[in-house]
Amino acid sequence: MLLTVENLSVSYGNIKALHGISFEVDQGEIVCIIGANGAGKSTTLRAISRMIPAETGSRILFQGEDLLEYPADKVVTDLGISHVPEGRRLFENLTINENLKLAAFARSDEDGIAADRERVFSIFPRLKERINQKAGTLSGGEQQMLAVGRAMMSARKLMLLDEPSMGLAPLLMMDVFSALKDINDEGTTILLVEQNARMALQFAQRGYVLETGLLVLEGPSQELLEDPEVKKAYLGG
Amino acid sequence: MEFFFQQLINALQLGSFYALIAIGYSMVYGVLLLFNFAHGDVFMVGAYIGFFVSSALLGLNIFGALALPLSVTLSLVLVLTLIISMALNSIVGMLVERIGYRPLRDAPRASAAITGLMIGIILETGNLAILGPQRRSFPELIQSATINIAGVSFTNKKILIVFISILLTLALHQFVRHTKWGMAMRAMAYDYVVVPLMGISTNKIALMTFALGSALAAAAGILYGVAYPVLDPNMGILFGWKAFVAAILGGRGSILGAGLAGFLLGFIEIFVATIFPSTMRNLIAFGIILIILTFRPHGFFGEPFSAQLRL
Repeated sequence: MLLTVENLSVSYGNIKALHGISFEVDQGEIVCIIGANGAGKSTTLRAISRMIPAETGSRILFQGEDLLEYPADKVVTDLGISHVPEGRRLFENLTINENLKLAAFARSDEDGIAADRERVFSIFPRLKERINQKAGTLSGGEQQMLAVGRAMMSARKLMLLDEPSMGLAPLLMMDVFSALKDINDEGTTILLVEQNARMALQFAQRGYVLETGLLVLEGPSQELLEDPEVKKAYLGG
Repeated sequence: MEFFFQQLINALQLGSFYALIAIGYSMVYGVLLLFNFAHGDVFMVGAYIGFFVSSALLGLNIFGALALPLSVTLSLVLVLTLIISMALNSIVGMLVERIGYRPLRDAPRASAAITGLMIGIILETGNLAILGPQRRSFPELIQSATINIAGVSFTNKKILIVFISILLTLALHQFVRHTKWGMAMRAMAYDYVVVPLMGISTNKIALMTFALGSALAAAAGILYGVAYPVLDPNMGILFGWKAFVAAILGGRGSILGAGLAGFLLGFIEIFVATIFPSTMRNLIAFGIILIILTFRPHGFFGEPFSAQLRL
C-alpha cells in the first residue's frame, strides 16, 4: 500500500469533523472520496498534508513511513505528496511563472524542474501563453490548471485533489480530468475528493463514501455508481 | 533658497532613518501579520553593535599598517562596520523571532504585540544593566567636509547617509521582487496557509524576514551614529514609533511604500519645525498623518485585505 490511513480523527475546537476513518490507496491508483458538503472530505486531505493536526490514536502510513512525524513542508519535499487545496488557493499576486517556480522552491534538481515545467506546459498549453500574467487575472478553468500544474511541480508520488471540478463548465471539467488521467498514467497516484460524485466515480477506479465524518461505503467505482443508496443520495436518483 | 535646500537635505537625512526602520516593520507585518513592536529597540541594538564593531576595527589598527590615507581607512571601516553589524543584527532579529514570536504563531495577535513590547523593554533595560547608563559616543567614521553644489553647501555626511539608505531600500526591493526567497515572502504575505503545500517552511521565511528587517535597522543605527554621534539605550523608542507610523502609512508589506512614507515623515517634521515652533513638531506631523490615513486607511501602496486568511 502506498497510503494507509487508520482511525483518523480530527476536531475543530469542540466539533468533531472526522470520527476515526480508515482507508487505503495503492500505488498507481485513482481513488475518490465522495460526500456532501461538510462531510469531512477536505478535512481528510488537510490531515494527510498536515495542514491541520490529527488527534492522538490516528495513524497515517506512507510507503511504510509514519506520515504524522513530518511537518507540512516535509510531507511535500521528503514524502512526495502534493495537495491541490479547496478553492485552488493560488498566489494571485504572483504570475503563473512565479507560482510554478515557487512550487519547486525546495527542489534543487534543475533538470527535473525544467522537465516538469515542460510537462506542465504540454498538458496545459494555455499556461505557457500567459506565463507572465498574474494568477489573479486568470479564468476559473485556467486557475484550476495552474493549481494542478503547481502540484506537479512540487511533488509527483501522490497528488491530493480537493474538488477539481468546482466552478468549471462541463467541457473544461473534461479537459482537467483528462489531464489528470495523463498525470496518473505517468505514475502519480491520485486521491481526490468531490461533491460531483458522478464525475469522480467515472474517473476513479475505487471510491469511498463519507457521511458526517464516517466512511459508510466503499468499493469499485462501477459498483458504487450502481448502488441504489449512492444513486439516491449522490447521483440525483 | 539656500535655507530651503538645507532643510531639504535635513529632511532627507531624518527620513532615511525612518525609512530604513519602517521597512523592517512593514515586511514583518506583511509576511507574518505581526507588529514587531521590538523593532525600534532592534534598531538601538544595531547602533550599539555598530559602535562596538567600528571601535574594534579602529582599535585593531590593521589599516594603519597599510599606510592608507586616513579618509580611505575610515571609509573602509565604515563599509566593514555596516556589513558586519548588519549580519550580527540579523542574528539578533532571528533570535527575537525564534524565542519571542514563534511560540505564539497560533496565539491571539494581542499576545504577540505584548510580547514585542516586552522584548523591547528587555533590550533597553538589558543594555542599561550590562553597559551602564552612560551614553556612548559613536566614533567619527567620516571626516566632515562641506560640499558646495550650485551655491548651496551640504555636509558630506548627510549626502552619504541619504545615498546609503536609498541604495539599501532599492536593493531590498530588488531582492523581494526577483529572488526566490523574495517570491516566497510575497506568497506568504498573500496566503500563508498554503505556503507549506509548496514544500516551503514558513519558519524559514519568517526568520528571513526578521533577518532582513534587522539588517536594515542596523544600517539605520550606524548612520544615526554617524549623524548624531551619541547613543543611549532609549534611542529606539521614539524612532521606532515614528517608523511604525511610516510603515502603516506606506501600506502593508510595501517596501517602497515604507521607504517613501519614511521620507515623507522626515519632510513633514522638518518643514513643520521651520514654520511653527518646534514644540509643535510632533503634534502637527502626526495630525497630518492622521488626516492622510482617514482618506487612505490602507496607506499609499497597501491594498484592502486580499489575503485569504481562512484555513
